Amino acid sequence: MTRFATGLIPVCAAALVLAGCSSAPPVNAGAPKGAKERKKAPDFALKDSTGQTVRLSDYKGKVVLLNFWATWCGPCKIEIPWFMEFEQKYKDRGFAVLGVAMDDEGWEIVKPYVERLKVNYRVMVATEEVDNAYGGVESLPTSYVIDRDGNVASRHVGLVSRSIYEQEIENLLESGRGKK
Amino acid sequence: MERSSRARLLLAALACGTTLLAQSAGVVTVAPPPKLTARRGAEAEATIRVQLRDGYHVNSHTPSEDYLIPLRLTWSGGPLEVAGIVYPKPVLEKYSFSPKPISVFTRDFDIVTRFRTPANAPGGPAILAGKLRYQACNHNSCLPPKTVEFRLSVSVQ
Repeated sequence: MTRFATGLIPVCAAALVLAGCSSAPPVNAGAPKGAKERKKAPDFALKDSTGQTVRLSDYKGKVVLLNFWATWCGPCKIEIPWFMEFEQKYKDRGFAVLGVAMDDEGWEIVKPYVERLKVNYRVMVATEEVDNAYGGVESLPTSYVIDRDGNVASRHVGLVSRSIYEQEIENLLESGRGKK
Repeated sequence: MERSSRARLLLAALACGTTLLAQSAGVVTVAPPPKLTARRGAEAEATIRVQLRDGYHVNSHTPSEDYLIPLRLTWSGGPLEVAGIVYPKPVLEKYSFSPKPISVFTRDFDIVTRFRTPANAPGGPAILAGKLRYQACNHNSCLPPKTVEFRLSVSVQ
Protein backbone atom coordinates (compact mmCIF):
# COMPACT_ATOMS: atom_id res chain seq x y z
CA MET A 1 0.00 0.00 0.00
CA THR A 2 1.39 3.42 -0.90
CA ARG A 3 2.07 6.07 1.73
CA PHE A 4 -0.67 8.14 0.18
CA ALA A 5 -3.23 5.35 0.60
CA THR A 6 -2.02 4.61 4.14
CA GLY A 7 -2.56 8.23 5.08
CA LEU A 8 -6.06 8.07 3.67
CA ILE A 9 -7.28 5.34 6.05
CA PRO A 10 -7.42 7.32 9.32
CA VAL A 11 -8.87 10.31 7.52
CA CYS A 12 -11.63 8.24 5.96
CA ALA A 13 -12.27 6.50 9.28
CA ALA A 14 -12.69 9.87 10.99
CA ALA A 15 -15.02 11.03 8.22
CA LEU A 16 -17.09 7.88 8.61
CA VAL A 17 -17.34 8.37 12.37
CA LEU A 18 -18.39 11.99 11.86
CA ALA A 19 -20.95 10.98 9.26
CA GLY A 20 -22.32 8.34 11.59
CA CYS A 21 -22.62 10.82 14.43
CA SER A 22 -24.45 13.42 12.41
CA SER A 23 -27.86 12.16 13.37
CA ALA A 24 -28.11 10.70 16.82
CA PRO A 25 -30.96 8.24 17.27
CA PRO A 26 -33.96 9.68 19.04
CA VAL A 27 -33.86 9.28 22.79
CA ASN A 28 -36.81 9.64 25.04
CA ALA A 29 -35.41 11.44 28.03
CA GLY A 30 -38.71 10.69 29.75
CA ALA A 31 -39.03 10.65 33.52
CA PRO A 32 -39.69 14.01 35.16
CA LYS A 33 -36.89 15.44 37.28
CA GLY A 34 -37.30 16.35 40.93
CA ALA A 35 -37.69 20.07 41.56
CA LYS A 36 -34.09 20.47 42.81
CA GLU A 37 -32.54 18.77 39.78
CA ARG A 38 -34.30 20.93 37.23
CA LYS A 39 -32.48 23.39 35.02
CA LYS A 40 -33.75 26.66 33.62
CA ALA A 41 -35.47 26.40 30.25
CA PRO A 42 -33.68 28.78 27.84
CA ASP A 43 -35.69 31.94 27.37
CA PHE A 44 -36.61 33.07 23.86
CA ALA A 45 -38.48 35.78 22.06
CA LEU A 46 -40.34 34.65 18.95
CA LYS A 47 -43.18 36.15 16.92
CA ASP A 48 -46.50 34.36 16.76
CA SER A 49 -48.70 34.30 13.66
CA THR A 50 -50.18 37.70 14.56
CA GLY A 51 -46.72 39.28 14.84
CA GLN A 52 -46.82 39.51 18.63
CA THR A 53 -43.64 38.66 20.50
CA VAL A 54 -43.86 35.60 22.71
CA ARG A 55 -41.28 35.25 25.46
CA LEU A 56 -41.03 32.09 27.50
CA SER A 57 -40.21 34.27 30.53
CA ASP A 58 -43.66 35.88 30.20
CA TYR A 59 -45.06 32.52 31.28
CA LYS A 60 -43.25 32.36 34.62
CA GLY A 61 -45.79 31.25 37.20
CA LYS A 62 -47.43 28.90 34.70
CA VAL A 63 -46.79 25.31 33.76
CA VAL A 64 -45.78 25.29 30.08
CA LEU A 65 -45.71 22.52 27.52
CA LEU A 66 -43.17 23.68 24.93
CA ASN A 67 -43.56 21.60 21.79
CA PHE A 68 -41.14 21.61 18.85
CA TRP A 69 -42.92 20.27 15.78
CA ALA A 70 -43.20 20.55 11.99
CA THR A 71 -45.94 20.29 9.41
CA TRP A 72 -44.22 17.30 7.72
CA CYS A 73 -44.01 15.35 10.99
CA GLY A 74 -46.60 12.59 11.33
CA PRO A 75 -46.13 11.95 15.07
CA CYS A 76 -46.48 15.72 15.71
CA LYS A 77 -49.82 15.64 13.94
CA ILE A 78 -51.09 13.07 16.45
CA GLU A 79 -50.09 15.21 19.43
CA ILE A 80 -51.53 18.55 18.31
CA PRO A 81 -55.17 17.66 19.10
CA TRP A 82 -54.07 16.41 22.56
CA PHE A 83 -52.29 19.68 23.21
CA MET A 84 -55.35 21.64 22.10
CA GLU A 85 -57.38 19.72 24.65
CA PHE A 86 -54.77 20.33 27.36
CA GLU A 87 -54.82 24.05 26.59
CA GLN A 88 -58.58 24.11 26.95
CA LYS A 89 -58.71 21.89 30.01
CA TYR A 90 -55.89 23.39 32.09
CA LYS A 91 -55.57 27.02 30.99
CA ASP A 92 -57.58 28.30 33.97
CA ARG A 93 -55.26 26.45 36.36
CA GLY A 94 -52.16 28.25 35.09
CA PHE A 95 -51.11 26.17 32.11
CA ALA A 96 -50.19 27.02 28.52
CA VAL A 97 -48.99 25.18 25.44
CA LEU A 98 -46.42 26.89 23.22
CA GLY A 99 -45.74 25.38 19.80
CA VAL A 100 -42.50 26.10 17.95
CA ALA A 101 -42.61 25.08 14.29
CA MET A 102 -39.33 23.92 12.73
CA ASP A 103 -40.38 24.19 9.09
CA ASP A 104 -37.72 25.86 6.94
CA GLU A 105 -40.42 27.54 4.86
CA GLY A 106 -41.72 29.42 7.92
CA TRP A 107 -45.15 31.02 8.15
CA GLU A 108 -45.90 30.43 4.48
CA ILE A 109 -46.53 26.80 5.28
CA VAL A 110 -47.11 26.92 9.05
CA LYS A 111 -49.89 29.50 9.11
CA PRO A 112 -52.33 27.69 6.80
CA TYR A 113 -51.62 24.45 8.66
CA VAL A 114 -52.43 25.85 12.13
CA GLU A 115 -55.48 27.63 10.75
CA ARG A 116 -56.74 24.42 9.16
CA LEU A 117 -56.30 22.52 12.42
CA LYS A 118 -57.76 25.45 14.41
CA VAL A 119 -54.88 25.30 16.86
CA ASN A 120 -55.96 27.11 20.02
CA TYR A 121 -52.52 27.73 21.56
CA ARG A 122 -49.75 30.08 20.55
CA VAL A 123 -47.53 28.91 17.73
CA MET A 124 -44.24 30.46 16.67
CA VAL A 125 -41.67 29.66 14.00
CA ALA A 126 -38.24 28.64 15.26
CA THR A 127 -35.07 30.58 14.66
CA GLU A 128 -31.60 29.09 14.54
CA GLU A 129 -30.88 30.81 17.84
CA VAL A 130 -33.77 29.07 19.60
CA ASP A 131 -32.90 25.77 17.96
CA ASN A 132 -29.34 26.08 19.28
CA ALA A 133 -30.47 27.21 22.72
CA TYR A 134 -32.38 23.94 23.03
CA GLY A 135 -29.39 21.89 21.95
CA GLY A 136 -30.22 21.57 18.25
CA VAL A 137 -33.66 20.05 17.97
CA GLU A 138 -33.19 17.19 15.51
CA SER A 139 -35.91 14.62 16.12
CA LEU A 140 -39.51 15.75 16.15
CA PRO A 141 -41.65 15.97 18.10
CA THR A 142 -39.53 17.16 21.01
CA SER A 143 -41.40 18.57 23.97
CA TYR A 144 -40.42 20.15 27.25
CA VAL A 145 -42.69 20.26 30.27
CA ILE A 146 -41.69 23.36 32.20
CA ASP A 147 -42.65 24.11 35.81
CA ARG A 148 -43.99 27.36 37.20
CA ASP A 149 -40.45 28.54 37.99
CA GLY A 150 -39.40 28.20 34.35
CA ASN A 151 -37.40 25.01 34.93
CA VAL A 152 -37.49 21.91 32.72
CA ALA A 153 -39.31 19.12 34.55
CA SER A 154 -39.14 16.67 31.64
CA ARG A 155 -38.14 16.36 28.01
CA HIS A 156 -39.73 13.94 25.57
CA VAL A 157 -38.28 13.10 22.18
CA GLY A 158 -40.70 11.34 19.87
CA LEU A 159 -44.31 10.45 20.31
CA VAL A 160 -45.18 9.48 23.88
CA SER A 161 -48.55 8.63 25.30
CA ARG A 162 -51.06 11.34 26.03
CA SER A 163 -51.47 10.06 29.59
CA ILE A 164 -47.79 10.70 30.36
CA TYR A 165 -48.20 14.36 29.47
CA GLU A 166 -51.45 14.62 31.39
CA GLN A 167 -49.94 13.10 34.50
CA GLU A 168 -46.91 15.38 34.38
CA ILE A 169 -49.02 18.48 33.83
CA GLU A 170 -51.40 17.51 36.64
CA ASN A 171 -48.49 16.87 39.01
CA LEU A 172 -46.84 20.19 38.24
CA LEU A 173 -50.11 22.08 38.53
CA GLU A 174 -50.79 20.41 41.90
CA SER A 175 -47.27 20.81 43.27
CA GLY A 176 -47.17 24.48 42.36
CA ARG A 177 -50.60 25.41 43.70
CA GLY A 178 -50.66 28.89 45.17
CA LYS A 179 -47.75 30.03 43.04
CA LYS A 180 -49.97 31.38 40.27
CA MET B 1 6.39 15.16 8.43
CA GLU B 2 7.71 16.49 5.12
CA ARG B 3 5.83 19.38 3.59
CA SER B 4 4.95 17.37 0.48
CA SER B 5 3.57 14.51 2.60
CA ARG B 6 1.48 16.92 4.63
CA ALA B 7 0.14 18.52 1.49
CA ARG B 8 -0.77 15.10 0.07
CA LEU B 9 -2.51 14.15 3.33
CA LEU B 10 -4.47 17.39 3.31
CA LEU B 11 -5.53 16.77 -0.28
CA ALA B 12 -6.51 13.21 0.62
CA ALA B 13 -8.51 14.45 3.59
CA LEU B 14 -10.33 17.00 1.46
CA ALA B 15 -11.04 14.48 -1.31
CA CYS B 16 -12.15 11.77 1.05
CA GLY B 17 -14.16 14.04 3.31
CA THR B 18 -15.91 15.69 0.40
CA THR B 19 -16.76 12.38 -1.21
CA LEU B 20 -17.95 10.62 1.92
CA LEU B 21 -19.87 13.48 3.46
CA ALA B 22 -21.36 14.50 0.13
CA GLN B 23 -22.93 11.09 -0.27
CA SER B 24 -24.38 10.68 3.19
CA ALA B 25 -26.79 12.95 4.98
CA GLY B 26 -28.51 11.91 8.18
CA VAL B 27 -29.84 8.38 7.94
CA VAL B 28 -29.50 7.97 4.16
CA THR B 29 -26.38 7.12 2.20
CA VAL B 30 -26.13 7.00 -1.57
CA ALA B 31 -23.58 4.55 -2.94
CA PRO B 32 -21.52 6.20 -5.68
CA PRO B 33 -23.00 5.34 -9.08
CA PRO B 34 -20.53 3.61 -11.42
CA LYS B 35 -19.12 5.58 -14.36
CA LEU B 36 -21.61 5.79 -17.20
CA THR B 37 -20.80 5.48 -20.87
CA ALA B 38 -23.28 7.47 -22.95
CA ARG B 39 -23.47 7.26 -26.74
CA ARG B 40 -24.67 10.29 -28.69
CA GLY B 41 -28.27 9.95 -29.84
CA ALA B 42 -28.93 7.01 -27.50
CA GLU B 43 -30.20 6.38 -23.99
CA ALA B 44 -28.21 5.11 -21.03
CA GLU B 45 -29.22 4.11 -17.51
CA ALA B 46 -27.62 4.92 -14.17
CA THR B 47 -28.63 3.22 -10.95
CA ILE B 48 -28.05 4.68 -7.52
CA ARG B 49 -28.17 2.49 -4.43
CA VAL B 50 -29.88 4.17 -1.49
CA GLN B 51 -28.98 2.81 1.93
CA LEU B 52 -31.24 3.52 4.86
CA ARG B 53 -30.30 3.27 8.52
CA ASP B 54 -32.04 0.42 10.33
CA GLY B 55 -35.28 1.38 12.02
CA TYR B 56 -35.97 4.31 9.71
CA HIS B 57 -38.17 4.76 6.67
CA VAL B 58 -38.37 7.52 4.08
CA ASN B 59 -41.52 8.77 2.42
CA SER B 60 -41.88 7.39 -1.09
CA HIS B 61 -41.90 9.56 -4.23
CA THR B 62 -45.70 9.33 -4.08
CA PRO B 63 -46.58 9.91 -0.41
CA SER B 64 -50.08 8.98 0.59
CA GLU B 65 -50.69 12.10 2.69
CA ASP B 66 -50.35 15.64 1.38
CA TYR B 67 -48.33 16.85 4.38
CA LEU B 68 -45.54 14.33 3.78
CA ILE B 69 -42.41 15.35 1.88
CA PRO B 70 -41.77 13.07 -1.11
CA LEU B 71 -38.49 11.41 -2.06
CA ARG B 72 -37.08 13.29 -5.04
CA LEU B 73 -34.04 12.59 -7.23
CA THR B 74 -32.80 15.42 -9.43
CA TRP B 75 -29.82 15.84 -11.76
CA SER B 76 -28.04 18.90 -13.04
CA GLY B 77 -25.01 19.78 -15.14
CA GLY B 78 -23.44 17.78 -17.95
CA PRO B 79 -24.64 17.23 -21.49
CA LEU B 80 -27.20 14.48 -20.73
CA GLU B 81 -30.96 14.95 -20.49
CA VAL B 82 -33.11 13.06 -18.01
CA ALA B 83 -35.56 10.88 -19.96
CA GLY B 84 -37.13 9.31 -16.87
CA ILE B 85 -36.60 8.32 -13.27
CA VAL B 86 -37.84 4.95 -12.06
CA TYR B 87 -38.36 4.61 -8.34
CA PRO B 88 -39.02 1.18 -6.85
CA LYS B 89 -42.50 0.15 -5.79
CA PRO B 90 -43.16 1.63 -2.34
CA VAL B 91 -44.68 -0.32 0.53
CA LEU B 92 -47.69 0.66 2.57
CA GLU B 93 -46.76 0.57 6.24
CA LYS B 94 -48.81 1.30 9.33
CA TYR B 95 -47.18 3.28 12.13
CA SER B 96 -48.43 4.32 15.54
CA PHE B 97 -48.59 7.92 14.33
CA SER B 98 -50.56 7.26 11.17
CA PRO B 99 -54.24 6.32 11.24
CA LYS B 100 -53.80 4.85 7.75
CA PRO B 101 -50.84 2.98 6.21
CA ILE B 102 -48.43 5.37 4.50
CA SER B 103 -46.38 4.95 1.33
CA VAL B 104 -42.71 4.51 2.27
CA PHE B 105 -39.41 2.80 1.57
CA THR B 106 -38.17 0.82 4.55
CA ARG B 107 -35.00 -0.88 3.32
CA ASP B 108 -32.13 -0.24 0.93
CA PHE B 109 -33.36 0.36 -2.59
CA ASP B 110 -32.30 1.39 -6.11
CA ILE B 111 -33.41 4.32 -8.23
CA VAL B 112 -32.83 4.11 -11.97
CA THR B 113 -32.39 7.20 -14.13
CA ARG B 114 -32.70 6.96 -17.92
CA PHE B 115 -30.54 9.58 -19.61
CA ARG B 116 -30.82 10.68 -23.23
CA THR B 117 -27.63 11.89 -24.89
CA PRO B 118 -28.27 14.53 -27.57
CA ALA B 119 -26.76 13.78 -30.96
CA ASN B 120 -24.74 16.99 -30.78
CA ALA B 121 -23.42 16.44 -27.25
CA PRO B 122 -19.70 17.15 -26.95
CA GLY B 123 -17.64 14.00 -26.59
CA GLY B 124 -15.40 13.23 -23.64
CA PRO B 125 -15.74 13.12 -19.87
CA ALA B 126 -18.47 14.97 -17.98
CA ILE B 127 -19.81 15.13 -14.44
CA LEU B 128 -23.48 15.19 -13.46
CA ALA B 129 -24.54 16.37 -10.01
CA GLY B 130 -27.25 14.31 -8.34
CA LYS B 131 -29.38 15.34 -5.39
CA LEU B 132 -31.64 13.06 -3.41
CA ARG B 133 -34.03 14.90 -1.13
CA TYR B 134 -35.74 12.80 1.50
CA GLN B 135 -37.55 12.97 4.79
CA ALA B 136 -37.11 10.11 7.24
CA CYS B 137 -38.91 8.94 10.36
CA ASN B 138 -38.73 5.99 12.69
CA HIS B 139 -41.65 4.46 14.57
CA ASN B 140 -42.23 7.51 16.77
CA SER B 141 -40.24 10.51 15.56
CA CYS B 142 -39.15 12.27 12.40
CA LEU B 143 -35.99 13.94 11.18
CA PRO B 144 -35.94 17.15 9.12
CA PRO B 145 -35.82 16.83 5.33
CA LYS B 146 -32.28 16.46 4.05
CA THR B 147 -30.52 16.30 0.69
CA VAL B 148 -27.76 13.87 -0.20
CA GLU B 149 -25.48 15.13 -2.95
CA PHE B 150 -23.39 12.88 -5.18
CA ARG B 151 -21.74 12.85 -8.60
CA LEU B 152 -21.96 10.70 -11.68
CA SER B 153 -18.97 10.47 -14.00
CA VAL B 154 -19.98 10.18 -17.63
CA SER B 155 -18.02 9.44 -20.76
CA VAL B 156 -19.81 10.71 -23.87
CA GLN B 157 -18.86 8.85 -27.03
